[in-house]
Amino acid sequence: MSRVLVGVKRVIDYAVKIRVKPDQSGVVTDGVKHSMNPFCEIAVEEAVKLKEKKFIKEVVAVSCGPSQVTETIRTALAMGCDRGIHVEVSGKDYEAMGPLQISKIFAALAKKEEASLVILGKQAIDDDCNQTGQMTAALLDWPQGTFASEVTIDGETVKVVREIDGGLETIKISMPAVLTADLRLNTPRYATLPNIMKAKKKKIANMKPADLGVDMVSRVEVLRVDEPPTRLAGVKVETVDDLVAKLKANGTI
Amino acid sequence: MDSDGGKGGIPSHILRRHCKRSRLSKKLFTSEDHFSTVLKNRFKFDTNLQIAAHGLSDEQKEFQKMAFDFAAHEMSPHMAEWDEKEIFPVETMRKAAQLGFGGIYVQPEVGGSGLSRLDTSVIFEALSTGCVSTTAYISIHNMCNWMIDTFGNTEQREKFCPELCTMDKFASYCLTEPGSGSDAASLLTTAKLEGDHYILNGSKAFISGGGDTDVYIVMCRTGGKGPKGISCVVVEKDTPGLSFGKKEKKVGWNSQPTRAVILEDCHVPVTNRLGQEGQGFNIAMRGLNGGRINIASCSLGAAHACVQLARDHLLVRKQFGEALSNNQFLQFKLAEMATKLVASRLLLREAAVALQESRSDAVSLCSMAKLFVTDECFNICNQALQMHGGYGYLKDYAVQQFVRDIRVHQILEGTNEVMRMIIARSLLSESG
Repeated sequence: MSRVLVGVKRVIDYAVKIRVKPDQSGVVTDGVKHSMNPFCEIAVEEAVKLKEKKFIKEVVAVSCGPSQVTETIRTALAMGCDRGIHVEVSGKDYEAMGPLQISKIFAALAKKEEASLVILGKQAIDDDCNQTGQMTAALLDWPQGTFASEVTIDGETVKVVREIDGGLETIKISMPAVLTADLRLNTPRYATLPNIMKAKKKKIANMKPADLGVDMVSRVEVLRVDEPPTRLAGVKVETVDDLVAKLKANGTI
Repeated sequence: MDSDGGKGGIPSHILRRHCKRSRLSKKLFTSEDHFSTVLKNRFKFDTNLQIAAHGLSDEQKEFQKMAFDFAAHEMSPHMAEWDEKEIFPVETMRKAAQLGFGGIYVQPEVGGSGLSRLDTSVIFEALSTGCVSTTAYISIHNMCNWMIDTFGNTEQREKFCPELCTMDKFASYCLTEPGSGSDAASLLTTAKLEGDHYILNGSKAFISGGGDTDVYIVMCRTGGKGPKGISCVVVEKDTPGLSFGKKEKKVGWNSQPTRAVILEDCHVPVTNRLGQEGQGFNIAMRGLNGGRINIASCSLGAAHACVQLARDHLLVRKQFGEALSNNQFLQFKLAEMATKLVASRLLLREAAVALQESRSDAVSLCSMAKLFVTDECFNICNQALQMHGGYGYLKDYAVQQFVRDIRVHQILEGTNEVMRMIIARSLLSESG
């Protein structure tokens, strides 16, 4: 029972007001506050909890991107991960990076690190793809427990309670496996001051996608990014009859 | 909301975009009220925050981020209620202690976090954006903890510091008396030596936490007149002869109780004396150097919060057909506020570094920082209230609480007038 890989993504902080770049090629990221994707925080918390319960020995935090992502890895280390891996991706490759490339990287790392579990957030709050976990499992041919709201390890199997449209589904899958964390899996801890200081001494290894035999070529080209249409001002009416008349007049009913 | 040291969570309107819309999902969402309150008080992170992080090490940025998060999730949603109902938020403070905030600059071997004065300033500045009053009390608690850690012997450190670091026990600093505020060295509380005990008689005024705390650091007279006759003893709660006055009704700082501390033939073991007889005044003043940095840091956090609040209000409020943010006077006013905020922060951090390096100008710089920062930050918060117009005067809006809470920072831990005395004395002395 050894090692868990946790993916952490550096995204624009959830409280920031997003602005589209004037050339409509993407959103403004320069000078904007970034933090760890909230669902990745939940994934880290779950991995650290499993280690504290002695189901696993080591938690490795992994992030892909330019040098700034080391901040995100440090936060994961401060929450209790043992070491980090920074897969360096920058420039055009970073802008075009998506679930397909990430899942290839994670699949390669999972094999290299002989991980028993790969735990990811169910989706990132910037692209909302909800694909990386599933793709990673497919590439590894491992079972997947996605949208996990409860995880219990029992010997060589994992019981996962999943949040689905109709309610909750409980499945049992064998390890090694890929899990993706949903909102109610846990409440992430604050890093403590002593842990933040200990994190400084923990190692972050550097590598490139090429070292893992992964090509970063994207199959997707972003044509244009638009803001959602501005919400129009409403009109106040005096009575219910007025309301019905107006709805009829503009063809809604 | 959580008892395991976890965060309050992410506002529901953000999450709904990312979660399945099942009827069950909706039922499982926790209360709307909590999240909307968090959001109302949540500060949009932007240039203001980036400037606050300038020049900090990666580690300090992590401390700052964590403290901001704690303030936004654990303190900010309750700040108004704690003020209105005068609640001493013991559970929240213990949560903070679990993260290491009970003894930030206390040595690790007795349970502290062993951080520097600059680290501490950054942390209190961030926490203060969540609740000034509670952060100010935490800083007083830290000051007392440090005094025992620094001037106590091994037995005293091992007896008191660990429980103060976890905030299993809370501390109060007792120097001021009804007859001696600025003229602290003229204090009258006596401590007569009888065998292996001191008998304390006298009263202390305006003691933060008084009556609800467990450990009282009391400056008392064991010798002759003036500072050299003063010693510092630790009086524990429930010692016979220790009692308290009524809880004071204050304009701000309402999340900490303030009471007179009354000593009537209170027997305190000699083993509870910190340092030597006659060293008490020096201990008290050394504690206050750091205390001044901490209090000024709290003012800074309040001003940081108020600049954000004012900015947000100007962008939203419209008069004469356009947003207030188009008004040049208000633009200039906001610019001045932001400039003074940055200037204050730089002076304060310089003073913190001088103190941790024991530089010869440290005392003077700490006084300068306390004077400048508390004055400027009060003005910033006051201006922010003005920019809110009538709404600024309502308790529904946080800005008035920041103003009320930091007003006292210009008075305690040495009035700003006394700060001028200290600076002038240093300038005019032969070695200055």
